[in-house]
Amino acid sequence: MTRIQLNVNETIHDVEVEPRHSLVDTLREGCGLTGSHIGCEHGVCGACTVLVDDQPVRGCLMFAVQADGKDIRTVEGLDDDGAFNALQQAFHEHHALQCGFCTPGMLMLATWIVERGLPVDDNELREIMASNLCRCTGYRNILRAVRAVLDASGQDGAGA
Amino acid sequence: MTLIGKSVPRLEDRELLTGTGRFAGDQNFEGQLHMRVVRASLAHGRILSVDTAAAAASPGVFAVWTGVDVADVSPINLRPGSALQDLEKCRQHILAQDIVRYVGEPVAVVFADDPYRAEDAAELIWADIEELPPVVGLMDMPGEFAPGVSTEPAVLVKGYGDVDAAFASAAHIVDCELSVGRHAGVPLETRGALAIWNDDENRLEFHAAAKIPHTNRIALAELLGLELDQLHLFEGHVGGGFGVRGEIYPDEVLVNLAALRFRRPVKWIEDRMEHLIAANHSREQTHRIRAAINADGLILAIDDEFWFNQGAYARTHGATVPVVSATMLPGPYKVPAYRATGRIRLTNVTPAGTYRGPGRYETTFVREQLMDTIAAELDLDPLAVRRTNLIAADEMPYERPFEIGGKPIIYDSGDYPESLARFLDHVDYDAVQAEMAERRASGEMAGAAIICFVELGGDGPFDDVRVEMDTDGRVEVITGVASVGQGVETVIAQICADTLGIDYAGITVTHGQTDRIARGQGARASRVTVMTGNATHKAASGVRGMLLEKAAELLQSPVETLEISDGVIGIVEGLGEGPSVTVAAAAAEILRGQNAPRIAVEESFENDRATYSFGAQLAVVVVDPLTAGVTVERFAVVYDIGRAVNPMLVEGQLVGGAVQGIGGALFEEFLYDETGQPLSVSFADYLMPTAAEVPDVECLVLEDSPSTTNPLTLKSGGDPGITGAGAAIAAAIGDAIGRPGAIKRLPVTPLRLRAILRGDADRKQEKNNAENGVST
Repeated sequence: MTRIQLNVNETIHDVEVEPRHSLVDTLREGCGLTGSHIGCEHGVCGACTVLVDDQPVRGCLMFAVQADGKDIRTVEGLDDDGAFNALQQAFHEHHALQCGFCTPGMLMLATWIVERGLPVDDNELREIMASNLCRCTGYRNILRAVRAVLDASGQDGAGA
Repeated sequence: MTLIGKSVPRLEDRELLTGTGRFAGDQNFEGQLHMRVVRASLAHGRILSVDTAAAAASPGVFAVWTGVDVADVSPINLRPGSALQDLEKCRQHILAQDIVRYVGEPVAVVFADDPYRAEDAAELIWADIEELPPVVGLMDMPGEFAPGVSTEPAVLVKGYGDVDAAFASAAHIVDCELSVGRHAGVPLETRGALAIWNDDENRLEFHAAAKIPHTNRIALAELLGLELDQLHLFEGHVGGGFGVRGEIYPDEVLVNLAALRFRRPVKWIEDRMEHLIAANHSREQTHRIRAAINADGLILAIDDEFWFNQGAYARTHGATVPVVSATMLPGPYKVPAYRATGRIRLTNVTPAGTYRGPGRYETTFVREQLMDTIAAELDLDPLAVRRTNLIAADEMPYERPFEIGGKPIIYDSGDYPESLARFLDHVDYDAVQAEMAERRASGEMAGAAIICFVELGGDGPFDDVRVEMDTDGRVEVITGVASVGQGVETVIAQICADTLGIDYAGITVTHGQTDRIARGQGARASRVTVMTGNATHKAASGVRGMLLEKAAELLQSPVETLEISDGVIGIVEGLGEGPSVTVAAAAAEILRGQNAPRIAVEESFENDRATYSFGAQLAVVVVDPLTAGVTVERFAVVYDIGRAVNPMLVEGQLVGGAVQGIGGALFEEFLYDETGQPLSVSFADYLMPTAAEVPDVECLVLEDSPSTTNPLTLKSGGDPGITGAGAAIAAAIGDAIGRPGAIKRLPVTPLRLRAILRGDADRKQEKNNAENGVST
């Protein structure tokens, strides 16, 4: 067992892990943060997407020991004392989730897109969001929700 | 206040958006064991021995079971009424007894204190299996499932009218062979189960149940030898259902049996590879279909023989998929005489059950390709052939003289030609066709097509709902249904709030808890909004009546003069001024002096008829002539739902279903090699659409034809997105390559389409050669 330190949503977690433990298993079992979901464990579906040092990462493809000392952000860190942030609110209003299993990964991927601050046109948005699978929504409303937040923050991609 | 018909946001979203949901993997019990299943690695074989010694000695291992440890447990039953002929003889044991029949069949289980250690130990188990010859292909010669039981255990025949006479007098006869590949629902959450023996209550508790908790409770109690009150099921969040999640599989029985025997909590979470080889597959069918036609393209009769690949065992659904296939194939068309012969075949691949739109996705593809083939052979416009055969508005209600599940098929309402006309207008189909013709003239392989279908759902036999209100006016609706993510809580709260005249947002909708209501039918067959919705309306009306009566007494005003609006009971607008009382105050008055904390009204809604609705879909595709890759440029759905409780959620179902269906049309397929080894065992092999492969699906939700089967006039809405998607994509590709009816098999992979295009190219070359006098 190895002792590592994860700074998850600005809270320090000291956890003991085996070298083979994945980051998402450790977040869920070691840190008690079950919002990041496990859909395939081979890096395709993206339900476990979290931000590691502000970059989107498949939580199932990174070992916990590789994240030692890093800043990690998960879906549990998005709301402000229960108040939705802009992306959560947009997902709610645009009916961008049904079963909600892929939603945490979609939200974290979209968080990265929004926080980059760059203009994103519809094609690029579709291409990036195609990193993650959703089996319920058919994607339309997810794209609309992220688009609405990007537009509101001036990242409308016009002329990009 | 009218909440029915409003696109209000969902009550379910908060937990799901903040990462505080309770999916199977999120739940834990103190001292729990983790189960890992060891699965057969051969498609067909005789178990000689299973060596568990190393696994049993592995760190953290509590117990190891093989078939002999569970030999006293009977195989998993088919649901009552779903068996046919010898199908019941082909049930599956929870661990293989002597013979394994598919790769993925449970052979042993390990219980350990940690999931990683359970998996370590499972890898140490060695099953010595003597290989037997497998039956892999659906059309291979049947063999024996067991001595005296054929791998074609049942043949069903459904039909009506004089088919032979129609063929004898027909101007034309068209025939084709059409196949749909093996798909599955593949929810993003894999299966999972937790079971715990509750000593205080003297009962077993199965957590992370899904889909049909009440139905499964009865079946599981019987399997485990428990009295019904010794078992309760509890549903948490469910990461997608689509028919596959929530059936009783060997794995779920093993978890419950272990918790019962060990008196210790047991947790099992399936991994993705297991899911793809062990959870129900669906769809795979081959049809040989013939149609007798008159000179105008009117169908006089259809004669269809089809083969359905049930896989290695009969599962809980029994013959559901082939029965629905046989009875729904005629769809929206008149078809005066009809005969379907369905051959249920067992093969050494993963067993099959239902997948969203069961029997309709497949047969809509078959029927609509038949329509295109008729058009091509008679040189008619494909849309004109469909119009010629559509059931007319004045023929409603339209009865097909055979039965499904003991009930007659009666299409309750609809104006199919008018709905189609509105759709053509909405998508501007003339302009679409003109554009396609222009693009084809400039050398592009672009095409468009419209296909039609009929959807069914909303069937009974019953649903119970109890509406309760406390002294603060807070409402709980207790139902016997389940949620698989479709928005049950919101829709039921809307109907309850609409009936009571209160806000929907404060209403709690309880589902999937067998200890809260005695009976339930769960979330299957697109039935929740219709059945539970009407039961909710009935029970909430009872509460409303009590509130009005009490208010009449308090306000000294006759009941007829009162209404409830925004949670306040007062004089009906226009009848003058008067005092008012809040719903909460009236509830408190009703409960004053009573020994109950809540007003409670329980009602049953019973219904022996399903709802039937018309839908059509447009697909626009372009084919890359070099790679034979297909790009879907546009996809649109029209659906006459009668009355939409929440149009935004209806659209959500249509869009999501359409994209799933496009997956099955172009990408998704479980393939096997000739020895029965599965080739589609990861998301790198079983390809589901991402946002990059699909357009934004357009929807036209019509409310033109209210249902006549229920007081709220609702129709089903879960499956119409997927039902026509395979048919629409195939027809559009046929148009794009200039050969309507050319697509004979789904999914239309580049390999298969390239073979069709090559065939075309070869024929063209032969023709040129012949014209130029070159011998080949």
